[in-house]
Amino acid sequence: MTISLKLNGQTHDVEAEPGTPLLWVIRDELKLTGTKFGCGVAACGACTVHMDGEPVRSCQTYIEDVEGVEITTIEGLNSKAAEAVQAAWTELDVVQCGYCQSGQIMSAVGLLSENASPSVEEIDDYMNGNACRCATYQRIRAAIQRASDIMEA
Amino acid sequence: MTINTSRRGFLQGAAAASAVLLVGVRPDGAVAAGGSDATMLNPFVRISADGRVTAIVKHFEKGQGPATGLTTLIAEEVGVTMDQIDYDFAPSNPEVYNNLAFGPFQGTGGSTAMANSYMQYRQAGAAARGLLIEAAAQEWGVDSGSLSITDGVVSGAGKSAPLGNFVATAATLDAPAEPSLKDPSEFSLIGNPDIRRKDTPPKVNGTAIYAMDLHLDNQMVVMIARAPRMGATVASFDDADARGIKGFIQAMTLPNKAGVAVYAEHTWAAFQARDALSVEWDFSAAESRSSDQIREELIAAVNADPEYSVNKADQAEVAARIDGAAQVLEETYYFPLLAHAPMETLTCTIEPLADGGIILHDGAQIPTGPHMALSQILELPMEKVQIKTMFAGGSFGRRATPEADYQVEAGLAFAITDRTRPVKLVWSREDDIRGGYYRPAVAHRVRVGLDADGQIVGWDHRIAAQSIMKGTAFEGMMVHDGVDHSSVEGVPDSPYQIPGQFVGLTDVAKATSVLWWRSVGHTHTAYVMETMMDMAAQAAGRDAVEFRLSLLEGGGADQERLADVLKLAAEKGGWGNAPDGRHQGIAVHKSFGSYAAQVVEISGGADDVTIEKVTCAIDCGLAVNPDVIKAQMEGGIGYGLGHAMRNEVTLTEGEVDQYNFPDYEPLRIGDIGAIEVHIMPSAEAPTGVGEPGTPPAAPALANAIAASGPRITTLPMNANGASFA
Repeated sequence: MTISLKLNGQTHDVEAEPGTPLLWVIRDELKLTGTKFGCGVAACGACTVHMDGEPVRSCQTYIEDVEGVEITTIEGLNSKAAEAVQAAWTELDVVQCGYCQSGQIMSAVGLLSENASPSVEEIDDYMNGNACRCATYQRIRAAIQRASDIMEA
Repeated sequence: MTINTSRRGFLQGAAAASAVLLVGVRPDGAVAAGGSDATMLNPFVRISADGRVTAIVKHFEKGQGPATGLTTLIAEEVGVTMDQIDYDFAPSNPEVYNNLAFGPFQGTGGSTAMANSYMQYRQAGAAARGLLIEAAAQEWGVDSGSLSITDGVVSGAGKSAPLGNFVATAATLDAPAEPSLKDPSEFSLIGNPDIRRKDTPPKVNGTAIYAMDLHLDNQMVVMIARAPRMGATVASFDDADARGIKGFIQAMTLPNKAGVAVYAEHTWAAFQARDALSVEWDFSAAESRSSDQIREELIAAVNADPEYSVNKADQAEVAARIDGAAQVLEETYYFPLLAHAPMETLTCTIEPLADGGIILHDGAQIPTGPHMALSQILELPMEKVQIKTMFAGGSFGRRATPEADYQVEAGLAFAITDRTRPVKLVWSREDDIRGGYYRPAVAHRVRVGLDADGQIVGWDHRIAAQSIMKGTAFEGMMVHDGVDHSSVEGVPDSPYQIPGQFVGLTDVAKATSVLWWRSVGHTHTAYVMETMMDMAAQAAGRDAVEFRLSLLEGGGADQERLADVLKLAAEKGGWGNAPDGRHQGIAVHKSFGSYAAQVVEISGGADDVTIEKVTCAIDCGLAVNPDVIKAQMEGGIGYGLGHAMRNEVTLTEGEVDQYNFPDYEPLRIGDIGAIEVHIMPSAEAPTGVGEPGTPPAAPALANAIAASGPRITTLPMNANGASFA
């Protein structure tokens, strides 16, 4: 089937079989590799993208379900919250291996877009689905708080 | 036409613009320099005429920090800022880029990246500085002793110019035999806590390219249907259903019959086609034991006479000491198989070249292994196999196997094609969790005798393990008199001055492939040593810190350094002053040349434990990148705690029971509160940081739980007496 995919502000006509995860269309067809494969079962969050601004797991989002919605990947982030999150991530050197961090950042931007100054409990709750095997969690938590401060400033 | 025959004039002309200064240090310590690839192959530092400095990093970057650390060493010695230097990963060439701790192998492991590179990279940077200064002195006609380089500018004797101006001349000079290293008092980058990671920018905007992200024109994606039990082989397969998958190319049995390679045009087609494949396995030589049986075998082994006496102590004499003691403590421990589960699953790509050679694109942890293996499999001379090292999405040991397992899979899958299309091997998370190469299952039994004064009089320690090193290329280095050091490290070589200690080891046949896992033997030995130490202190009626310190008193530097981190962690962690409703546990352990102590503070009872806070003290010698060291402690602690809390790989009749993260649940953000890291100031040579943060974490947690709850001696904790909130 052919899908008209709106992604990062552009429209792409994508040829894919029904049931194809959005993740593989983004990575293999559109060659945008910032969105990562981690588990394939929506248990790690490495593949997180935004669908109309809301974080979703692209490994469990199917191509037939994204017609007409606006998809944003890490490469297309462009908002006040995104700028603050990426600045905070840089300032605190959150990353280690970095493989999960696109997904962490997509979720963090989702959180701050709906809650500009989350508590520690709200951060932990919202970010619970994003696994980091390097265990950079303490810096993720601090960077979200820092991003919140940057947004307020 | 005028030909400028003056040497200086020529150099200042066209050639100067493209000039480059290359400096390296050979493994014998000799410095070498030159001005082109023909004169100076494989350098550690490259400086171009525009002043850009590039560090050639011989260790791969899996998050542990060498892309920043080795670059810092070069920048410091040359005299440039961190913004004036870039880095590239080194090609595969063990004659130049070998790990000095590994001998003739290029590779990363054992927390050695900084330890083995520290002098080498500083010398290369210092030699480059010396050459640039000598070149400037010649051009300016001044004494080189009056010149220095700061922030990329050569200055002195009333003159100053960017260092790039002197690259062309410097490249014609002989390298100094003994480069003049900076005195540590002059360091502005080494030890600077404000230095930021060089790999952060591409990792926060999605542009960092990992091996999984490589996409070559005309590539095929290959996934392998692997035998579900160790030792099973392919009997036959049916790909009728796979043929209906759009993008499926073909399926072929690997030459070693370990699996069926499924080739597809893209990744999702490979996933689907492999799922659609039906394989008949020959289980006649396959493993059929279950994890309960493995555990029984290991426990039986520690209750029998050991196969090997590790420390050559008199077993009967030690037994007599314990039998005659006022108090005897005895515990049996069991540690399950564990998967590494790095975020990026295993992957690599083999690219065929027009000249018949290949490039392996890989997050290559030990390049020499796949280099040799692919040369053999593809019957290519070594120089026809190139390796391009890419970012690795974690490893924790998994990307380094003595057999180069996944690169060999890719090589075999490529070898049986017509070798015209690139082959990209992709593992799924299920492949990763179920694919073997686990932290071995291990049992310990310890008997400790205390006299009436609460002093240890005897310590009988038996370990039964599945050997990691035997039968591998590392056997010669790590196995002595039958003892695989990686099974026992942390016990016979503990800095504690334990009177009457016997250490025995028995090897038990493995039921899966096994592998080093972040901190290797220390993953279990630290747990046993530090929980036994806690029990002994309790039995003696003494404070856990004071008791440990008494076993370190009057020793040498080793004992002092361990005692110092213990005291620092206790002080910073508020040892003995836990707030109401909280309990503390402490542990200290030396591994990979470094000394780490941690205080874990928990709230709740054994049925709803919350880890509130971890305080860590680390002595890793001179701290090159303090913030990277802190990050490695934070990560190492998380890795140790998460697995101890709830992870295990189990087998039913030889087959792995777990399949993916839902039943091999990773540590999550809400699982640990704050982690605070304190670095012990030190002028000693740098030692490891990637692994030493892991060993003390689990025993410190166990000791905190035991302060008001059960003493957990079988892991994971959540299946053996503790639940986490």
